[in-house]
Formats: sequence, C-alpha cells, structure tokens
Amino acid sequence: MLELTQVSKRYGSTAALAATDLMVPAGQTTVLIGPSGCGKSTLLRLVAGLVRSDSGSIRVGGTTVTPENLDVVRRRMGYVIQEGGLFPHLTVRRNATLMAEHLKWPAARIEQRLRTLTEMVRLSPELWPRYPLELSGGQRQRVSLMRALMLDPDLLLLDEPLGALDPMIRFELQRELKSIFDRLGKTVVLVTHDIAEAAFFGDRLVLMREGGIVQQGSLRQLAAQPAEPFVERFISAQREPVRLLNEVLG
Amino acid sequence: MIARLVGSAFAAAMMAACIHPSVAATPEVVQVGSKKFTESVILGEMLAQVIEAAGNPAYHRRELGGTRVLWGALLKGEIDVYPEYTGTLRQEILAAENLGSDAELREALARRGLRMTGSLGFNNTYAIGVSGDLADELALTTISDLRAHPGLVMGFGNEFMNRADGWPGLRAHYRLPQENVRGLDHDLAYRGIASGSLQVIDLYATDAEIAYYGLRSLQDDQGFFPVYDAVLLYRADLETRLPGVVAQLQRLAGRIDAATMAGLNARVKIERHAESAVAAEFLRSRLGLHAVGDVTSVWQRLARHTLEHLLLVAISLSAAILVALPLGILAARRPRLGQSILAAAGVLQTIPSLALFVFMIPLLGIGGPPAVVALFVYSLLPIVRNTHAGLTNIPLAIRESAQALGLPAPSRLRLIELPLSAPTILAGIKTAAVINVGTATLAALIGAGGYGQPILTGIRLDDIGLILEGAVPAAVLALAVQGVFEATERLVVPHGLRLEQTTGC
Repeated sequence: MLELTQVSKRYGSTAALAATDLMVPAGQTTVLIGPSGCGKSTLLRLVAGLVRSDSGSIRVGGTTVTPENLDVVRRRMGYVIQEGGLFPHLTVRRNATLMAEHLKWPAARIEQRLRTLTEMVRLSPELWPRYPLELSGGQRQRVSLMRALMLDPDLLLLDEPLGALDPMIRFELQRELKSIFDRLGKTVVLVTHDIAEAAFFGDRLVLMREGGIVQQGSLRQLAAQPAEPFVERFISAQREPVRLLNEVLG
Repeated sequence: MIARLVGSAFAAAMMAACIHPSVAATPEVVQVGSKKFTESVILGEMLAQVIEAAGNPAYHRRELGGTRVLWGALLKGEIDVYPEYTGTLRQEILAAENLGSDAELREALARRGLRMTGSLGFNNTYAIGVSGDLADELALTTISDLRAHPGLVMGFGNEFMNRADGWPGLRAHYRLPQENVRGLDHDLAYRGIASGSLQVIDLYATDAEIAYYGLRSLQDDQGFFPVYDAVLLYRADLETRLPGVVAQLQRLAGRIDAATMAGLNARVKIERHAESAVAAEFLRSRLGLHAVGDVTSVWQRLARHTLEHLLLVAISLSAAILVALPLGILAARRPRLGQSILAAAGVLQTIPSLALFVFMIPLLGIGGPPAVVALFVYSLLPIVRNTHAGLTNIPLAIRESAQALGLPAPSRLRLIELPLSAPTILAGIKTAAVINVGTATLAALIGAGGYGQPILTGIRLDDIGLILEGAVPAAVLALAVQGVFEATERLVVPHGLRLEQTTGC
C-alpha cells in the first residue's frame, strides 16, 4: 500500500531521517514509535508531502508521488494531527465537507457522507454549526477524524492524534478509534511515543531511533528478540510506571 | 478584473482632478496661480477678476506651496500667470545665470517661453525687523547694529532660512554672530515676536503686521537685499492664445505702490476681509472695473473640501489596497523577495510627505493626480506589512492541514489563509486609512484642495476658526473611516475567529 525506498531528509547538518526503506501492508495498522526526535513524525510528514525528501521515492497504492500529482495523491490519504488542525473560521460542518465541496460533490452525497461519519465518530449533529473554539479537545479530534475520512481515503495518517488529550478522554477515544479502524479495514499509519498505545493499536510496530528504523514487528517479537539493547531499554522504560502502579495497588 | 478596477480607479482620479476646472483645461479658462501668503493670494484674486471682467473665464489656484511649485507649474503650462518678484527670479530660480539688468532677466525668461509685465509698483524686498521697544532699548537702527548683540534670538521663515539671498547670505555679508536662529513658518514669526520668544525676524516690506505689531525694520545699511519688484509672470503663448488677456494684465503694472499693497494686506490679515472682496474693491476704485469677488459660505466651502478630501482618500486608498494586498501575499510566499518588498515599501514611507508631493509635480503637474499618487505610496506599507504578517503568522498546523487535504494553493489562499489573516489585514488597511486622511491635508500645498485648504489659509491669516474648519472635519473623517472599517470587520472577519476560547474538555 505504502512503500518508501531510500527516503532521507536533512535539516541543515542534522539528518532527520537517514536513507530508509519501509513497506506498509494494506488493511493493517502500522505504528511508528520511538523517543522524541527519532524521525517518526518526519517520516509521516514526508508521506503526507508536507516536507520534500532529499532522496528516494515514495509510492502510495502503486503511484510514485511527485510534486505534480501530490494534491491528487493527498486526496487518497487522510491526515490527523495532535491538536486537530481544524480551521477556526469554519464550522464543524464546513471543516468536514470543505474538500468534498471543492471537488464539487453533489449536495446529497456530501450530506449523506457527513451523517455517516458523524455517527461513526459518535458526535451529535447538533454540533455541525459550531466552531472549533466552541468544542472540547475530544470533540475536536473527532471532527478532525471526520475531515480526514470525508473522501473515504485508502490511507489514514495520524500524528499523535490523542497526545493533547487528558487520560480519561484519551482512553475512551483510543477504544473508539480502534473499533473504527477495525470496521473500516483501512491502511493506518499512526505515530505515538506511548508503547501501550502502540501495542493497543498496532498490528505491527516500527521502532525508530535517531532518524532510522531499529526494529519492526509485533510488541511480543520486539520484547522477546530485541535487535539491540536500545529496544529492550525503550520497552522497559515504558513498563516501569505500570509496574509501580501494580505494586502500589497490590 | 483587477486591471478593470485599476482602470476605473484612474477614471475616478480624473474626476477628482476635474473638481479643479484646470485639468479639464478648455483653452479659454486662464489659470492663475498664487503662493501661500496673503499678498500673493490678493494679487492672484486681482488677476483672476481683471481677466474675468474682460469677459474671459479665469480660475485661481490659490496658495500653492512655494516658489518651486508655481515655477514648475508655469513651465508645464498648468498655470498661465502668477505674481512673482524679480529678486526671487534673479537670486533663486535663475541664480545660476547671474542676471543683472531687467533686460537680461526678460531674455532669460524668453528662452523658457515666459514673459513678465513691468513692475506693479512696489518693491517687496526682505527686511529685518525687531520690536519697537527692543530697538529703543538697544539703540538698533541698522542691520550692522545687530553685530554687537550676539545673544539675540532670531526666527526666520523657512524660505528665508535656506535661500542664498536669505539668512546665509545676510550673515556672511554683515558677519552676524548670532547662533540662536530657528526656522519657522513666516506667519508664526509675528506671533513669536509678539509673545517675546523671538527678538529678530524677517519681514516683507509690504507686510500688514509691521504697523500692527509695532515693529521697526532695520536699515539695510550695506545694501545686501536685492530688489524685489512685484511683476506678473506669464507664458509667452498666452499672447497668441488670448491676446486680450495680456493687455488686461499690463493694466495692473505701476498701479500698486508699497503703501497701497500694505493697506490691502492689512484689510485681509488684520481686518479679516476676504481676499476676493479686497481685490474687487481695489479694482473698482482704482481701475474702474466691474470686478466681482465671490465670497463662499462656510457650508459651501465645507462641502467642497469634504468632496475633494474624500475623493483623494478613496481613490488613493482603494488603489493601495488593490496593489498592496497582492504584494503582501507575494512577500509571504517568497520570503527572500518578501524582504525586498517590505524594505522598498519602508523606504517609500520615509520620504517626507511634502517632498513626495513636490517630487510628483514634474511627473504629474499640480492638483489631484499627483496628490493621489503620493497618498497611494504612503498607504502601501501598512497594508503590505500586515498582509505579510497575517499570512506568515497562521499556525503551521492549520496551514499543513489545508495542504494535507489536497487543496490546491489558490484555494488554500482563498478559503483558509486570507480569512484567517483578515483581522490583521484589516488592521493594516485601517492604519493606512487614518494616515491617508491626515496626510491628505498636505495635498492643498500642491493645489489638490481638501481640508488642508482652510488649514493653510488659517495659518496664513492667523485665524483659528479657519484652521478648525479644516482640522475638525479631518479628525471626524479619520474617526468615521475607522468606524467604517470596524463595521466591515464584522462582515469580513469570520465568526469563528471572534469567539472566546471556551474552557473545559
């Protein structure tokens, strides 16, 4: 579905992403995980065409992405970021339907798609005329997801979509997102730094460090056969709070 | 579409110019100019009335800002005739040619397609004045006497301060030691000497205030000041275009002596009669002409000045918006080019406004068009800068979200970026509008009218009422323009941006 061949990106003298190969299989959720500055967001932004790679090629659904076809390819991807990136001057409805309107979909089709998505993300249609500033953080992420899914894209890119939410809302949305992904059967690439979230979503984890991929596989594989000591350290560092929690609760 | 809008803006600019019949120049209307001091305005009125009494339409472009403006306008043919002084021609305008006799002067003028009448009958040379009390106290009778009192505070008109036959020459000729010398508007100098903040000022020999303020002119004992015979300067082609008119002009030669002129000046400056009425009175009694001076009411003047001011502001500001908005967008899109655009707009802003108005004269003449162009230039920077700032300050997350959707760049600009920067862009337009309304008051100096006209006249006549007649409407207009843009804000700035951030999760 998504294929990166020797893709690299430098910012000045620092390599944000060393020459990297990655295959993302269709219909699965792939999670990019690693510490801050490991290049996971850069990789996602390269796929979304928000930064230009210095070398290599990116293929989406068999099409090599070029500056000329970028806008067309983007319409087959949905993109969600941490704070939602909703347009503050547009209502919930316009945020979601902007692109469909631009593509001159018939009004009835837009209306129907909007209804389906509102139901899917469990939002009330009463919020349609509201503006982003009048929504809670969780509601904004739901609208952001509606916007990303409007054109029914093949590929969904999510950059720390739940990162800015408080733990209760986050827990609730994780479950809902997972069930939406499972229902839709889309190819999903999700960036997070939280290994529990990664394991919860991911059929396959891609662990990154300092602009390169360290190891790929399920969490079980990563834990059982770490490719290098960093993998073990990364997993155990994130296990520690859970161990402490269990200890206190007995 | 933009081309059409610009086109109609310029058509409208032409209409603004037409408030002054000059630009609609039918050859029959004789254009008379005058400088921005009372004597020149009275003489200008006389000229216009003499010409009209002979059956020729004339238009008087009153109180233009300085000798250079009038000289340039005469050479360009935008005015046909104006009162001038031989000293100014010799010492200032044609100083490089070292002209001696009147014959040489006439020859130099002829080479430029100009002629002058004989002297009107008075020599309005510069003089140096002190208060009567000070003259008695220090026993001052001649300019040479000033050498003994280096501590005297001197205030000279701006023109006198800078011209070769003014202060610099006088100081060298008499070896005057005074250091405390300031330049100011000639009309303010009298108030300075009356209040005691100035002790020595420059005078014109026919000034109405000499007697009024009890001043004494010091004798030019070393013969420094040149002769300043008042003459009428006109275009040679007037003789072929309208021969009758030149004959009328010649009638004024030798008819006004210095005492008469000082008396006419006093009628206007001290007794506060309208120049047109004073000129008409003189022409009736001395030349037996049926001259009519039109006197306008406050409301007629206000209506005319408001229309002129509004047109200046509306045309220059709309043109500036049409040009600055795309420039600001370009600056935001191309950061390196953007730096140059912002720098260039900044440099234009630093040109002193009066200088900019005067620079426009060789290109566009006097009146509405050069004023509109100068105001247009001044309105660019705030709009370019705020458009640039508004676009570049849109949060990256929002810009990228629009890109990631697959919206093409022009649609992103229209649907996302411009609406989001609307408050900043409008603030820039508001700033430009307020600056524009204020600066447009200077446009009167180059004959474009507007609220600056009563302000100029008011300063000249020391008439607070007249100054307020221009200053108050200008302030009201600035507030009104701001109000209009605030109302626009409610229409243009999207509702979603005017919400308070809600709390909670």
